[in-house]
Amino acid sequence: MAERRLEIDGVSKRYGDVVALREMTFQVNAGELFGFVGSNGAGKTTTMRIALGVLAADAGVVRWAGEPITLETRRHIGYMPEERGLYPKMKVAEQLVYLARLHGLSTERARRSVDEWTERLGVAARRDDEVQKLSLGNQQRVQLAAALVHDPSILVLDEPFSGLDPVAVDVMSKVLLDKAAEGVPVVFSSHQLDLVERLCHRVGIVRSGHMVACDTVEALRAGGTEHLVVDAPQAPPGWADALPGVTVKERVGTKTVFELGPAVDDQAILRAALATGPVTEFSRRGQSLTELFRNVVSEHTEAVAA
Amino acid sequence: MSSVPDVRVGDWEAVGLVAGREINTRLKSKAFVITTAATLLLLVGFTLVMKFVSGGSDATVGVSGGSVALEAPLKATATAIGQTIDTRQVDEAAGRAQVDNGELDALLVGDGGKIVVVVKKEIDDKLRNTLNVLAGQLALNQEISDLGGDPARVSQEVAGAKAEVRPLEPPYDYNGQQLVIGMIAGILIYMSLLINGQSVAQGVVEEKSSRVVELLLATIRPWQLMLGKVVGIGVVGLVQMAVIGGAGITAGLATGVLTISVSAAVSTVVWLVVWFLLGFFAYSLVFAALGALVSRQEDIGGVITPPLMFVILGYVLGISILPSDPGNKLVEVLSMVPLFAPTLMPMRLAMGGVPAWEAGLAVVLVVALIPGLVWLSGRIYRNAVTRSGAKVRLRDALRAS
Repeated sequence: MAERRLEIDGVSKRYGDVVALREMTFQVNAGELFGFVGSNGAGKTTTMRIALGVLAADAGVVRWAGEPITLETRRHIGYMPEERGLYPKMKVAEQLVYLARLHGLSTERARRSVDEWTERLGVAARRDDEVQKLSLGNQQRVQLAAALVHDPSILVLDEPFSGLDPVAVDVMSKVLLDKAAEGVPVVFSSHQLDLVERLCHRVGIVRSGHMVACDTVEALRAGGTEHLVVDAPQAPPGWADALPGVTVKERVGTKTVFELGPAVDDQAILRAALATGPVTEFSRRGQSLTELFRNVVSEHTEAVAA
Repeated sequence: MSSVPDVRVGDWEAVGLVAGREINTRLKSKAFVITTAATLLLLVGFTLVMKFVSGGSDATVGVSGGSVALEAPLKATATAIGQTIDTRQVDEAAGRAQVDNGELDALLVGDGGKIVVVVKKEIDDKLRNTLNVLAGQLALNQEISDLGGDPARVSQEVAGAKAEVRPLEPPYDYNGQQLVIGMIAGILIYMSLLINGQSVAQGVVEEKSSRVVELLLATIRPWQLMLGKVVGIGVVGLVQMAVIGGAGITAGLATGVLTISVSAAVSTVVWLVVWFLLGFFAYSLVFAALGALVSRQEDIGGVITPPLMFVILGYVLGISILPSDPGNKLVEVLSMVPLFAPTLMPMRLAMGGVPAWEAGLAVVLVVALIPGLVWLSGRIYRNAVTRSGAKVRLRDALRAS
């Protein structure tokens, strides 16, 4: 059997004159956590809705395990829509059992699964409450449970972390990593790039309906310039302007971030900093995903403008 | 790697699951239980009130002294006029006391040759009428005897002399009770279409506004969701209609208020159920499709009012014309037009006198219309239900694929 890989292949969609997706292409391998990032309106949600069949694509195919996805195989997908959706007046457990049964589970299996997931996601005590009586955070947990109760073989989650408190973020992260460890391809979108950087094996950056970068975070970083962070609390503004071969990228409070040119002696910078007083931080770091993201997006803006 | 579980769900199984949820949710809702109980109570209460009102006589009249001889003619005259009068023989003094305290409505005094009546303040118009007729009769009898005739033979001759009517087309003899049942049937079907039809639209919008529709449509097809909802709400409405109609008729027959035959009663309930099913199915498909155009509960009214107007119009026409003119030509024609048939036909059927071909044609026309409605509403629903936000224009919903 072909590897259980989710493939989005050349998917295009337009709304009238507006191009929402232009040959969107990427794969999520079995057991992989794939982070889907991009600015608002870049096409992440549209892609996910097309994968779920809620929306029809103008062109392109979504495949799973090498076969185009059908209504039957879609039942294997666990989906969390961007706009949370549950019956507000239905009880938590009743609702989850109903959704699990729509995904083809027997009543008995559905009940067991609902018990298990509400327990695991910390909403077991609220099983017999109406969804509308739950806090937003708990509603979000129920929503995740709704995506998981049918033991999905693929997970597609639109902004699963938005609106969660740090504890819930940890619970959610753990669940996603566990599912990936079971061999399930997991794709989720998020604007919390630090989280994406920490969790995901691979990241896809979308811009204007097109995938502009898609690889591991390390690979995306390679070739990028390294940054040096220096925190010298007593340094006057502009203390580093005269240093050769470096550019000041930004100043945040007393911290200065440098972009290092090739073969620059960072020790010269340290000496200059010490000359102004004490230095409380001196560290080299690669570009964060946030910076990568900004670069990727702005490069394209320039390319388009040119 | 774990094997992929079998998750096949048959088309009708999916419809069944959706319908099951609707039935479950609605049967548990307080509003439903209260509405049903209140309607039942109202109908049974109405029956009991009718029994109380129709039982007993219109007036109680005392006869005293010589007027005791008038007891039988008084009763006969009252019956001829359509009144029931109870009589009681009393002596005059006791009779006057009973009139004073209200036990008697009137007291006949005198020697029986003339009508002299004692009342407390005023005499009831109907009773006065009866007594006047009786007085006329007495005077006439007196005159006939004076002329040497036999009053009994004359009245018999008079009673036997009637115009002979030969209708070219025998008219249907509408029964007063059936007219009332027809009106009640009309009210029930109208309320039921109104309440359940709107429930369908509200249910569609609830799923749209809570966005749960996106989750549902990732697993089942739009037509399954729409049909499941219509079937589920329809089943609940049907049970409600059968229970209310059945209980009302049973109460009527049991208390003796209804004197129509059991078969007529059963056929009324059966026709009520048939027309509820046809009317609900046709209208709720339209309501479901139109409900899918909007995303907020408060916008429902705007989209479902046009079709709702036909339900209301049919009901208003029926309830205002039929009781006084059950054979009205306009209503007769409209009751076969699919838009009005669900409200007008069951009223006419309950009132009786509907030719079989008219009853059949009305059913055939609605049934013929349903496949078209399924196709059209399915298309609108599918195209509109995942577009949240602003109201989707009907034209866009019809065009987009």
